[in-house]
Amino acid sequence: MTSMNTLKSTTALAGLILPLAAGPVLAQDQIDLRMTIWSANEAHLAMFNEIAAGFTETHPNVSVTFDSLPFDNYTTTLTTQIAGGNAPDLAWILETSAADFVNSGALAPLSEAFANAEGYDLDDVTEQATALWRANGELYAYPFSTSPFAMFVNNDLIAEAGAQTPAEFIEAGDWTWENAIETAAAVGANGADGLIVRDFNYQIWQNLASIWRGWGASPWSADGNTCTFAEPEMVEAMSFIHDAIFNKGAMPGPGESVDFFAGDAAMTITQISRASLLPQGEDAFDWDLVPLPAGPAGEYAVIGQAGIGVFQMGDNVDMAVEFLAYMSNPENSAKLAQFFPPARQSLLNAETLGETNPLLSPEQIESVVIAGIANGQVLPGHEGFAEIQQVVRAELDALWTADADVQAVLTSVCNRIAPML
Amino acid sequence: MTVAAQSSSTGKTRKRHFWTMERRDALAGYLFIAPQLIGIITFVLIPLGLVFWYSLHEWNVLAQTFRFQGLGNYQALLSDPGLPQVLGATVLFSVGLVVFNMSLALLLAVLLDQKLKGITVYRTLFFSPVVVSLVAWTIVWSFLLQNNGGINAILALFGVEGPNWLREPTTAMISVIVVQVFKNVGLNMILFLAALQGVPRELYEAARVDGTPAWAQFTRITMPMISPTILLTSIITIVGSLQVFAQIAVLTQGGPGMSTTVLVYYLYQQAFQFHKFGYGATLSILLFLIVAALTFAQWQMRRRLVFYEN
Repeated sequence: MTSMNTLKSTTALAGLILPLAAGPVLAQDQIDLRMTIWSANEAHLAMFNEIAAGFTETHPNVSVTFDSLPFDNYTTTLTTQIAGGNAPDLAWILETSAADFVNSGALAPLSEAFANAEGYDLDDVTEQATALWRANGELYAYPFSTSPFAMFVNNDLIAEAGAQTPAEFIEAGDWTWENAIETAAAVGANGADGLIVRDFNYQIWQNLASIWRGWGASPWSADGNTCTFAEPEMVEAMSFIHDAIFNKGAMPGPGESVDFFAGDAAMTITQISRASLLPQGEDAFDWDLVPLPAGPAGEYAVIGQAGIGVFQMGDNVDMAVEFLAYMSNPENSAKLAQFFPPARQSLLNAETLGETNPLLSPEQIESVVIAGIANGQVLPGHEGFAEIQQVVRAELDALWTADADVQAVLTSVCNRIAPML
Repeated sequence: MTVAAQSSSTGKTRKRHFWTMERRDALAGYLFIAPQLIGIITFVLIPLGLVFWYSLHEWNVLAQTFRFQGLGNYQALLSDPGLPQVLGATVLFSVGLVVFNMSLALLLAVLLDQKLKGITVYRTLFFSPVVVSLVAWTIVWSFLLQNNGGINAILALFGVEGPNWLREPTTAMISVIVVQVFKNVGLNMILFLAALQGVPRELYEAARVDGTPAWAQFTRITMPMISPTILLTSIITIVGSLQVFAQIAVLTQGGPGMSTTVLVYYLYQQAFQFHKFGYGATLSILLFLIVAALTFAQWQMRRRLVFYEN
C-alpha cells in the first residue's frame, strides 16, 4: 500500500470512527426539556419561547419545548402521559389538582434551588401565594399565575335596557349582588342575556365560588375534612343563584350557550386574562372591568392559580429545576405578568402591571388586579378533586331545575362526598 | 443446508435437504401472516394481558406506586354503588340503539332497494354521516340540541316548546341514542341493501304468482334470506353500542346525574380522570366479558334464527 493509499484509508477510517466516538458524548450533553401547558395562544407561546431562548443562551446544550394540551382534558392528558412513561419535565398545574400533585410526591422540591439562584428573592413571593403549592414547608411548584376573578361589563346592553351600570353602583357605594342581579335581570327582560359565570356551563360548579364566597360559603371546611355544602351560607347563596336563573331570568339557564365576548350578555365573571377576547373594530362595545359585587358577608375576591412544577420521574430534574428558577426570576416574572398576574410583591403595582396590560386602566388594575391578588381566596381544591368534582356535578344536576329543593339537593351532595373528604 | 442423512435403496446414505417444498411453503405462509400476527400480538394480546395484570394492582400514577392486591379491584367492583346505575344506563343505551338503528337501517334499505330516479344520490346522502368525523358530528349535534339550539328553534316554528334535550335524564339518553343512530345507520343500511339485492328475484315472482301479500313476502322471504346479515349487523351494533364514548363525552359528560354514564365512560372516568388505573382495568375486563358473552350468545342463536340456503 502506498503512503497516499494509507493516508486515504486512515482518513476514511477516522471519518467513520470519530463521529461515532463523538456522538455519544454530544448526545449525553444535549438536554431536551419538555413542559406541558394548556394554552395554545400564539402570544403566550411566543413569550414562553422567548424565555426559553434566554435560558439557552447560557445553557447552549439545553432546548425547551412547550407542549400545548387542550384545557378541557388537561390534567387527564398529563396523567395519561405520566402513566405511559412519557412524563414531561415540567408542567403547568391547575389549582384544583394542586393537592394531588403536591401531596403525591410526584414533584421535585424547589426551595433550596430557588434560594441558591442568583437574584431570585423567594421572599418576594408571599406565603399566601405559595400556600397551595407547599407541603411540610417545602415548595413544590411556583405559582406563576395568580389571576383574580372579576366582572367584565357590556355598558351598551345595560344602557339599552335602561338599567344602572356597575360603575354607577360602585360610585354610589352600592355594588352588591342584589343590584348586580337587578341589572342583569333588566337586560334579560330586554332580550339579551344578563350575567354569565364563564366556563361554569352547569358543569364546572367550583367557578360559582366567585358568587358564593360573597355569602361566606365554601364547599368544605378549611381543613378539607368536613362537607359544608349544606350549611346555611351555601344554601342561601345557591338559593340566590337559583332564583336569579329560574325566577329573575338574570342568568342563562342550563343548556343555553351564550357568549359575553360576542356581545350577547350584559356581564360575565371571568379572569382578566380574557380581556384579549374583547371584540375590536365594528364589533367592539363599551366595556368595563369591575370587582366582584359585595355579598351579605361583605367584600371579597376570588383568584385562580396555576403553578409550574418539575416532575421527580424526569431524566433531567436538576436542569428542569434550574430552568424553572430562571423562568420565574424577577425579570422573567415581569414578562409573564403581561398575561399571568404575578405572585411577586415587587411586581404588584399599577406601573408595572399597566405596562404589561395596556387594555386596563390604572384604576382597574388597582381595584381588580392588585386588590384581588392581595385579598383573594383561591378556588376550592381538594385531594382527589377530579372524583369529588364529578360526584358533586352529578348531584347538583338536580338543583338546575325550576322546582328544585335547594336544601335537599345540597344535603344530598354532602351525603355523597362526606366519605371522600 | 443439510441436517439429516437417510439410507437409500442402494445402501448408500443420501443427504436430505432441510428446505423441503413443504417447509418452504410453510415459511412463506408464516411470513405472509407475520405482519398481521405481530400486530395482533403487539396491539391486542399483549395489551389484553397487561389490562388483566393491571386489574390485579393498585396503581397510583402520580405517586408512581404499583402494588399487587390480588382480587381487591374485583371485590371493589362487586360493591361499587355506582355500578348498577352505570350498567342500567349501558343496557338502556344498547337496547335503544340496536332497536332504533337496525329498524331504521332495514327500512331505509328496503326503500332504497327500489328502482327510483336518483336513488344513488339518496344512498350517498344516508351513508355520508358514516364518513364524517365522529367528534365533529357530535359537536354540531350538541349545538342543535341545546335549549336555545336549532332543534327547539324548529319546533318553535310549529308552536311546540321543545324539552331541554341534554339536561333531562330521559331526553338526554334519547338524544345520545339518536345522534349515534344517525351517525352510523348508513353502515347497516348498506349491508342490508347488499343482502336485499342478493335475494333471488324468482322467489318474489313465485310468491306474487301465488298471490302472497307484500308483508308476507317480506316476513317469509326477505327476512329469512337476509337473516345472516341481520345476525352480523346485530353483533356489530351491539358491540359498538357497548363501546360508545365520544358522544357521551361531548354531549352530556355522563349527566344529568349519572343517567348517561355508560360503562366505557365510567371506565374512562375511573382510570384517567380519577387516576384509578387498576380499577379502570378491572372495569375493562368486565366490559370484555360482557361483549364476549353477548357475542357468544348471538352466535349460538344463529342455529335457530338464521336461515342458510345450504
